[in-house]
Amino acid sequence: MSIFVDENTRVVYQGLTGSQGRYYGLLNRDYGTQVVAGTNPRKAGTDVDGVPVFATVAEAAAATGATVSCVFIPAPGVPGAVLEAAEAAMELVVVITEGVPAHDEAFVFNKLRRDHSGVRLLGPNCPGVISPGKCNIGITAGHIALPGGPVGIVSRSGTLTYQALYELKQQGIGVTTCVGIGGDPVPGTTFVDCLAAFEADPETRAVMMIGEIGGSAEEAAAAFIAEHMTKPVAAYVAGVTAPPGKKMGHAGAIVSGGKGTAAAKMEALTAAGARVGQNPTEAGELMVEIVAAL
Amino acid sequence: MDLFEHQGKELFARYGLPVPVGEVAFSPDEAVAAASRLGLPVVVKAQVHTGGRGKAGGVKLAADPDAVRQCAADILGLDISGHIVHRLWIEQASDIAEEYYASFTLDRSARTHLGMLSVEGGVEIETVAAGDPDAIARIHIDPVDGLSEQSCRQWVRAARIPEAVADAVADALEILYRAYVDADADLVEVNPLIVTSAGDVVLLDSKVTLDANSTFRHDDYAQYDATQPRDEREQAAHAKRLQYVGLDGSVGVIANGAGLAMSTVDVVNQVGGSPANFLDIGGGANAEVMAGALEVINNDPAVRAILINIFGGITRGEEIANGIVEATGRVDIDSPIVVRLDGTNAAEGRALLEPHLSGELMMEPTMLDAARRAVELAGTGGGKVQP
Repeated sequence: MSIFVDENTRVVYQGLTGSQGRYYGLLNRDYGTQVVAGTNPRKAGTDVDGVPVFATVAEAAAATGATVSCVFIPAPGVPGAVLEAAEAAMELVVVITEGVPAHDEAFVFNKLRRDHSGVRLLGPNCPGVISPGKCNIGITAGHIALPGGPVGIVSRSGTLTYQALYELKQQGIGVTTCVGIGGDPVPGTTFVDCLAAFEADPETRAVMMIGEIGGSAEEAAAAFIAEHMTKPVAAYVAGVTAPPGKKMGHAGAIVSGGKGTAAAKMEALTAAGARVGQNPTEAGELMVEIVAAL
Repeated sequence: MDLFEHQGKELFARYGLPVPVGEVAFSPDEAVAAASRLGLPVVVKAQVHTGGRGKAGGVKLAADPDAVRQCAADILGLDISGHIVHRLWIEQASDIAEEYYASFTLDRSARTHLGMLSVEGGVEIETVAAGDPDAIARIHIDPVDGLSEQSCRQWVRAARIPEAVADAVADALEILYRAYVDADADLVEVNPLIVTSAGDVVLLDSKVTLDANSTFRHDDYAQYDATQPRDEREQAAHAKRLQYVGLDGSVGVIANGAGLAMSTVDVVNQVGGSPANFLDIGGGANAEVMAGALEVINNDPAVRAILINIFGGITRGEEIANGIVEATGRVDIDSPIVVRLDGTNAAEGRALLEPHLSGELMMEPTMLDAARRAVELAGTGGGKVQP
C-alpha cells in the first residue's frame, strides 16, 4: 500500500498548458501517473500531447474522473486555483508553485479547514508526492526511488528528499510513499499528518523524516512520535549552524527569537525515540540499520 | 524584509494610526534642521533592523539644538548588535503615562494569525513571557473571518487595559490588524503602544517585517527592498537573484536546493571547517547560474576553497557537469574547487568532469568526503592566489 496516491489515482493538472506544467505533467505521465486532464479557461477543448484541456477543474473531473489536482499556476493565482479544486471536490490538491504569500496560505488553509474539510492540501512550495512504481505527482525524479517498501518518507526539503530516496535505492531499500510537505510557513499538510498516515499504512514499517530550522513542526512531530507511533523513525534536521534571523532559502526556514533551532528539534526527536542523524548520510545509515532489524 | 522604525510608522500613518511626527536625518546638520522644524524637545532614534537600541545608547532625548547635534553625532556610526547606524529618525518627544505592548504575527503551529497584547510594554515581550506569562493576552484570528470589533474588545478587556482608554486601544488595534493584513506583514509589533498624560493613544515604536513573496501585489516594496542591510557579497548575490546568506568562514558553499545548501553548511562545520556562505542555486544548475554563483563567492576575500554540492534530480549529471566546466571557464576563480556530484546520471556527469580535474578542480564521491577535502584546502591554504 501507499499513502495519499496510488496506481488508481487520476490527476488533473491546473496549469498544464504552461511551460512548467507541461514539462512536469508529461514527465509524470511518462512515469505512469494517470494524467487525465489539464485546465485552462482560455484553452478549453485543446490538448497537451493528447491530454485533454478543460475550462475548469469541475468539468475536468466530470469528464475524466480525476480526484486529485496538481497546481502549476503562478503564485498570484494559487489561492483561486486551490479553492476551485476544493469546490470541485478534489480529495488532494498538490501545489508545486513557490513564492505564495504566507497570508494567502493561511487564508486558503483555514478556508479549506472550514468549508472543505475532506480536501487535503499538500504544499505550496513542495516537490509533490510519489508512491514509487505507482504514481508520481510533482517534480521528483521518479527513477531515483525504488518501489515497494518498507520505508515511508516525509520531508520539508526537496533536494534532501531526493538524496534520501537515492541513498535508500543504492541500499536496495524500497519506499511506499515519499511526501514533500514543502518549506513554507503554512504548509497544507504537516509532518504529523504524514506520520499518522504512515502509522496506519500496513506496508510502511519505518519512517524517514527530514526537517529543517524554523517553526515548531518537528517538535509537534516529536510529540506525535512519542505518543502514537509504533513504527521506528529515523530523522535529520538541516540548519544546525544557521545564523538567527536569516531566511535560509525557504520562506519558513528561519531561526527567530531563539526559537526553531535545529538543536532543539533534534533533541525533541531524540527524546521521542526517533534516531537522529547528524547529516543526511548518517540518517540514511540509521535507516539501513532500522530496516535490517525489522 | 524588515522595515526601519520610521518606515513602519509611515505605513501606520497611512492608515490614520496615531504616530509621533518626525523626519529622517543622515547627518547631525540634518538632525538639527529637522528638530527646528518639528519643535523641541525631540527624540533622536537610531534606525537599524535590530532591537535593544535603547540599551545600546541608540535612543536619546534632546532639549536644545546643541543637544540634538551631539546626540546625532554620538548615535551615527554606532554599532548596535553588529548593525551600524547610518540613519536617524528625529521625532517630537512624547509625554508617556502608560506603556503597552501589541503585535500581530502568523502563528505557524496554529496556522492562524496571532495577536498579543500586554499592559507590560516597553520591555522585550520575551522577558514578559518568561516572567509573567499571564500578563500577555493572546487572540487567534482566523484569516477568513478577520478581527471583529467584538472579539477585539474582548481581547482588550482580557489584557486588563484600563477602561478609560480601552475603546481607543481597541480602535487602534482593529486598524493595525487591517494594516498587517493589507501589507502582507509577517509581523507588526508596537512596543510601546503608549497612553499620554492627556489620555491619547500613540504608537511610539514600530517593528514591521514584510513577506517578500507578496511583492507582486505591492509596488511600494521596492523602496523597502532598497534599504535592506546587505553586505557587499549579499548585495551582489541579490542582484543575481541568488539565495545567498553571508557567513564568516573560509569555505565557499554552492548547492542546489535550500535543504541541501543548509545541510552542506552544517557538514562543513561538522568536519571542522567554517562556511563562508549559504548559497542555493535552485533545482537546475545551468552554466549561467553556476557562473554567477562562482563569481559572487570568488569576490569574497575570505574564501580559501569552494565546495560545490549538487544532487541531480530531474536535471541530469551531464548537464550539471557541463555547467560547472563552462562556468569555471568563464570566471577566473582564485580558490580550489571541490565538486560532489550525485544523483541522476552522476556517473556520466563525473566522466565529463574527469578530464578537467586538476589541483584547482577536484571531485569527491560523497558530501562528507568533499567537505573534508574543501576544509583541508581552506586550512592549509593551497588557498587564495594573492594578486
